[in-house]
Amino acid sequence: MSVLVYTESENNKFKKSSFEALSYGKALADKMEVKVFAVVINCSDTESLNAYGPDKILKIESQDLDEFSSKKYAHAIADVMKSENANIVVLSSTPDSKYLGAHLSGLTDSSFVSNVVELPESINPFTVKRTCFTNKAFSLTELISETKIISITSNSFGVIENSNDPQAENIDIKSIDSNQKILNIEKESGSVTIADAEIVVSAGRGLKGPENWGMIETLAETLGAATACSKPVSDMGWRPHSEHVGQTGKPVSSNLYIAIGISGAIQHLAGINSSKVKVVINNDPEAPFFKAADYGVVGDAFEVVPSLIEKLKAR
Amino acid sequence: MNILVCISNVPDTTSKINFVENDSKFDTNGIQFVINPNDEFGLTKAVWLKDSNNATVTVLTVGEQSAEATLRKCLAIGADKAIRIDCPANDAYSVAKEIESHCKQIQYDLIICGRESIDYNGGLVPGLIAGLLDYNFVTNCVNLEIEGSKATFSREMSGGTEISECQLPLVVGSQKGLVEESDLIIPNMRGIMMARQKPLDVIQSQGINAKTHDIKFNKPDAKSEVKIIKADELDKLIDLLENEAKVI
Ligand SMILES: Cc1cc2nc3c(=O)[nH]c(=O)nc-3n(C[C@H](O)[C@H](O)[C@H](O)COP(=O)(O)OP(=O)(O)OC[C@H]3O[C@@H](n4cnc5c(N)ncnc54)[C@H](O)[C@@H]3O)c2cc1C
Ligand SMILES: Nc1ncnc2c1ncn2[C@@H]1O[C@H](COP(=O)(O)O)[C@@H](O)[C@H]1O
Repeated sequence: MSVLVYTESENNKFKKSSFEALSYGKALADKMEVKVFAVVINCSDTESLNAYGPDKILKIESQDLDEFSSKKYAHAIADVMKSENANIVVLSSTPDSKYLGAHLSGLTDSSFVSNVVELPESINPFTVKRTCFTNKAFSLTELISETKIISITSNSFGVIENSNDPQAENIDIKSIDSNQKILNIEKESGSVTIADAEIVVSAGRGLKGPENWGMIETLAETLGAATACSKPVSDMGWRPHSEHVGQTGKPVSSNLYIAIGISGAIQHLAGINSSKVKVVINNDPEAPFFKAADYGVVGDAFEVVPSLIEKLKAR
Repeated sequence: MNILVCISNVPDTTSKINFVENDSKFDTNGIQFVINPNDEFGLTKAVWLKDSNNATVTVLTVGEQSAEATLRKCLAIGADKAIRIDCPANDAYSVAKEIESHCKQIQYDLIICGRESIDYNGGLVPGLIAGLLDYNFVTNCVNLEIEGSKATFSREMSGGTEISECQLPLVVGSQKGLVEESDLIIPNMRGIMMARQKPLDVIQSQGINAKTHDIKFNKPDAKSEVKIIKADELDKLIDLLENEAKVI
């Protein structure tokens, strides 16, 4: 028995969410009194993982996996699960990890629970707390099968240092055929993504038009934050779809969520409820968002935001 | 071409969420059920493919009789036939297994699901179906073109868009962008009349055991009162974020 953590990387660098997943895996393994292994796909420099306590690092190097493929990655991790006799796999909740996780649970007939926010309440039976109904509720869920996969909500557990001195071991996996191939990747340059961000700056219809987003971008840049928006803003094409957050858009689980000119409709709140600290800037003191916020500024965004940027820069 | 659209029947987005039976069950009392929004984008896309690729569109839900109203609405939107697999949707695995078993009897070239359902939010069923059938799979799909037996598609990924191609069969996790919000087909009177004539078959379930089980639900703790900061005292806000909340 052991715990496997898939530590996702990009351009030969681990994602922060991988350190969080590994921290979680380590704490889980300690609780279960078993070992925790990190699975690494095509990332040569694994030293940065040591701080989070893996007992062993399992390195897969394969040209066949140069490009992400949920099927090939799921097969690769399934192979490792078998060879290491691992019964629990921990994943982060990046788009790629969630993508391959569901595929993996189908392949390996495992119980899979996503959006997990805490260490298991009990190991036998294995029960975890997860969010459901788009953050309007939590469920205590039991994973029944022998093999289990859990993906954890980002920023829910945190990154916890727990240094270890693991061996790195190369492992071979069977290559599998797939007629699915990537033609092109269009990257948005330089911006922080909502999924990875610790701070998200979000704006709504109160901004009046797309030409007014300059100050939102500047505020985000000043804080190292990702930008987001409410649904009507993306529906009207003021901002790209990828920024739409809420129940029918992307979920946000950042440490800080700043909402500017957003009324706080139930569908919007549902998607951002699991963010830890919420700041609302709105000129209507009756805006429902104030009820869901930790800090509120009643004021005109066109005055408050530039002034806030100035003060943050002067820090 | 044969298209299956898997439909999850979910509480309307404005629903208040409550639980009964000692917090072990979702309280459906007074809840309006609707087509899962992510599935609606997929269904509209499927109806478009009917015309462009001469496809037949079947909608399927795993669920109890109460879900049939939602299936009728899908027929009114333009699906050709509907299937209900008769059992409660206990967890993602049992739902996916039921769908897998149906897909082994009837070959579909394209299986469209939503990226995730807005109730249990697993985002699991489409990947599970793909894993169980070992089909190609794309989720967070924002574009899809079918030409003969080849599919070209895009998905939203961290910080960008990835464009890929593959041979059918393919399982798709759809979301907004696959078609636009303004493209969503709203059933008209003719659609609703026609839907009454279209077949809605109920098939027996395989009786699959669930692999996960929700023991107990609870709602988040009530929030503490918001702290209001004056618009001309933003230094105070920065101080609170820095030293009280410790988030900047
Ligand atoms: C099925 C369904 C799903 C939905 N899913 C989502 C979803 O996922 N995400 C989502 O966001 N919405 C969603 N919605 C829409 C939601 O109901 C609201 O309509 C939407 O969130 C409102 O967006 P908004 O707050 O930007 O705009 P508005 O409601 O128009 O609010 C604008 C706010 O800006 C304030 N304001 C105006 N001028 C200023 C100023 N100068 N300075 C400061 N503040 C100002 C106003 O006081 C107001 O509070 C969904 C709706 C439905 C029916
Ligand atoms: N009971 C169900 N019957 C048919 N399809 C379903 C069911 N539950 C989920 N799905 C499909 O799987 C998608 C993702 O659901 P979920 O894994 O529950 O987040 C939904 O958008 C539907 O397309």
